[in-house]
Amino acid sequence: MKVLMFGWEFPPHISGGLGTACYGLTKGLAKIDDLDIVFVVPKAHGDEDQSTMSLVGANSVTIEQVQSHVEKFKSQHTYLEVESQLVPYNDPDEYYTFRSQDLYGKNKFIKVDKDGKLEFSGKYGADLMEEIYKYAFVASSISADHEHDVIHAHDWLCYPAGIAAKKVSGKPLVIHVHATDFDRSGGNVNPKVYEIEKKGMDAADKIIAVSNLTRNIVIEKYGQDPGKVVTVYNAVEPVSFEEKIKIKKGVKEKVVTFLGRITMQKGPEYFVEAAYQVLKRTDNVRFVMAGSGDMLEEMVDRAAQLGISDKFHFTGFLKGDDVFKMFLLSDVYVMPSVSEPFGISPLEAMQSNVPVIISKQSGVSEILTHAVKVDYWDIDAMADAIYGIIKYNALSEVFKEEGKEEVDNLKWAKAAVNVHDVYVSAIKLFEPLVKK
Amino acid sequence: MKALCLYFQIHQPLRLKRYRFFDIGNDHYYYDDYTNESIMRKIADECYLPANKIVLELLKTNKGKFKISYSITGIALDQLEQYAPEVIDTFKDLAKTGDVEFLAETYSHSLASLINKDEFVQQVTSHSDKIEALFGVRPSVFRNTEMIYSDEIGEMVSKMGYKAILTEGAKHILGWKSPNYLYCNAINPKLKVLMRNYKLSDDISFRFSSEGWKEWPLTTTKFVGWLNEMDDKEDLVNIFMDYETFGEHQKKESGIFEFLAHLPGEVILKSKYKFATPSELTSEFHPIAQAHVPNVISWADEERDLSAWLGNKLQDEAFRKLYALRDDVAAVNDDRIDKDWKYLQASDHFYYMCTKFASDGDVHSYFNPYSSPYDAFINYMNVLSDFQIRLKILKDGLAVDPVELQYQISQKDELIARYERELSELKN
Repeated sequence: MKVLMFGWEFPPHISGGLGTACYGLTKGLAKIDDLDIVFVVPKAHGDEDQSTMSLVGANSVTIEQVQSHVEKFKSQHTYLEVESQLVPYNDPDEYYTFRSQDLYGKNKFIKVDKDGKLEFSGKYGADLMEEIYKYAFVASSISADHEHDVIHAHDWLCYPAGIAAKKVSGKPLVIHVHATDFDRSGGNVNPKVYEIEKKGMDAADKIIAVSNLTRNIVIEKYGQDPGKVVTVYNAVEPVSFEEKIKIKKGVKEKVVTFLGRITMQKGPEYFVEAAYQVLKRTDNVRFVMAGSGDMLEEMVDRAAQLGISDKFHFTGFLKGDDVFKMFLLSDVYVMPSVSEPFGISPLEAMQSNVPVIISKQSGVSEILTHAVKVDYWDIDAMADAIYGIIKYNALSEVFKEEGKEEVDNLKWAKAAVNVHDVYVSAIKLFEPLVKK
Repeated sequence: MKALCLYFQIHQPLRLKRYRFFDIGNDHYYYDDYTNESIMRKIADECYLPANKIVLELLKTNKGKFKISYSITGIALDQLEQYAPEVIDTFKDLAKTGDVEFLAETYSHSLASLINKDEFVQQVTSHSDKIEALFGVRPSVFRNTEMIYSDEIGEMVSKMGYKAILTEGAKHILGWKSPNYLYCNAINPKLKVLMRNYKLSDDISFRFSSEGWKEWPLTTTKFVGWLNEMDDKEDLVNIFMDYETFGEHQKKESGIFEFLAHLPGEVILKSKYKFATPSELTSEFHPIAQAHVPNVISWADEERDLSAWLGNKLQDEAFRKLYALRDDVAAVNDDRIDKDWKYLQASDHFYYMCTKFASDGDVHSYFNPYSSPYDAFINYMNVLSDFQIRLKILKDGLAVDPVELQYQISQKDELIARYERELSELKN
């Protein structure tokens, strides 16, 4: 079986969880016999790990007759430009730059260099919409060049590419919903993004959702047939800690960590309030909010107002090894997300022997047993759980041991088998049509 | 005869390095040596050294007629000693002429006067000690950090034995009154109050090189002309500003050094003014009225209040948390703690957390090492957390178990007895 897969990013060039998930999944799929993947990203840098599949950068595909095709394509697919604030998820440091920048002029042209290749930035940004449609256009060309049995498109950025590829090759389309705009926006859905998402789902033959939470959203909010939507949970790459640097813990208090984008979706304010409750009862604890985002300043203000700033620390955006350092220093990891389609980071924390507290509004809570689950808004319950874990060693020991075992059993290989089943069923749906 | 008082402030913040959460408890050095050294070197070369050279020349050629006064913060002195010791030598040369007065202030350029009297007194004393040790004369006139003043602060200063204090001739305090007289403190009239003439001071320190200003270019003739136009009844004019005006706020190319070099001659020859130090003003003039300053003023920003350093949530939190440690610092009595304690009090740290100017930066962005007030706050609180940890360890070390203490005392007693025996044996 040959799979033509469309993604938006691939390690090491990632700006969010999507790239990590795609990487894990393709590695898992590679273990299945007789399955080849062509993975397409907008821009291949050349240093990506290609051991498990062949990576095609959309910027190295030659296009002819660009302008006219694009016009035709746009007329069929509604070409859109959106306000720059609409950034799915990106490097938070860059987010500020994007937000403060004005959009360029209204007239946009798709530029082709002298060899007829499209230029891709491969980064989320202000002219994201243009990139999406350039990508979709190139996708149709790639689809003709690479023989395949099924098309797999990750997240809304790639849905137009998947649709375009399907139009050309006539093969079944599987779309993978890692998040919907309902998660990102907290309910204030951007109609333009919704439209793209809805079109992608309508055109798909099978839809993979990363959790039942997401599956329900897909069914209810996007009006999809429940029989078409399958839940396949994410997993986590095993990490060997021997090679990771040992770090000296400088503070003797227990460390409670929040790690993620400091945005409304992640519920940082509930963490601050819970910290305040815990600090009223014990001072043998420090709280760390690691990450960056548009709510960072508000959180700093709030911590100062509550008078807990000497026990509540901010690290800014953490990169690479610093994330692991942070886990190694932590005694509790809290993910109070308001809406989290899946949430890989608690799994990473558990791998590092850190007990986790997660919100019930996260996809990952559907599969974890050895984690404390609270409603994101329930500050008292969250404070209570934090206090319990830092105060009663027996509790944290159980969470550490059981949690580690649980998370070690969540393997991408298993997820890959489920995805493979979806491919098979999608192809089966198609076969009778082809025979007629 | 009327008097013209020139006073210059010298201070350079001791900037903190990027101190992250991971460093808390592991790294106890907080300062950005590279930035501090390079900025201090730059300012020494572009401002302090050339300006001092001119001033020394002026003092020599106008022997007894040209007077000037300075105050140098302890933090600036510490940094000069480390990075540009020759600047201190040039100040010593100035001091030797006898026509230069050095004023007292807080060691750390701190806001201690607003929160903790003991700390304030201690800092002022240690600063005066340092000035006396370096320049041979103990200061008798005080100037508070950023010209911060209120009736209470004045009274506190008066009790410490200083005979005068410098402050801002703030419009909302003086109202219709003129800053060009000597005033006295409203609680204790023995303390004289010198009011800064902010119009003439700012003409030099802020507007000198601004070409959009209608008086540009400012020449010494024009400036002395303004002095002469003043009402005959007015006694004195106080020109107070940062010493960094010369060569730093106003670049060399603007002609600011030429202005400095020619102003004294022009004043001496063509005006009704003589130069005087703050001490001389205090003894030669009589106060015309009490200055009523119930609320604290400063020389900063348009508001002339404390809002540059305190008032927003971040600043108040950091300030409160810092001074809550004061008793422990005093109890521990450890040299390194004392040093960091001094440096962490610098008002600059709170200045960087000011959100008033978040949009346009302005004066607040001057040599500001942080990208935002939040950034400044996070970094400072991380440093303060480490400082708290060190303090706690030392403090816990002090609280010795009484049994253990008793044991140690008996050991020492035995030792003393043994030595006494040995001593008497040796004597015999």
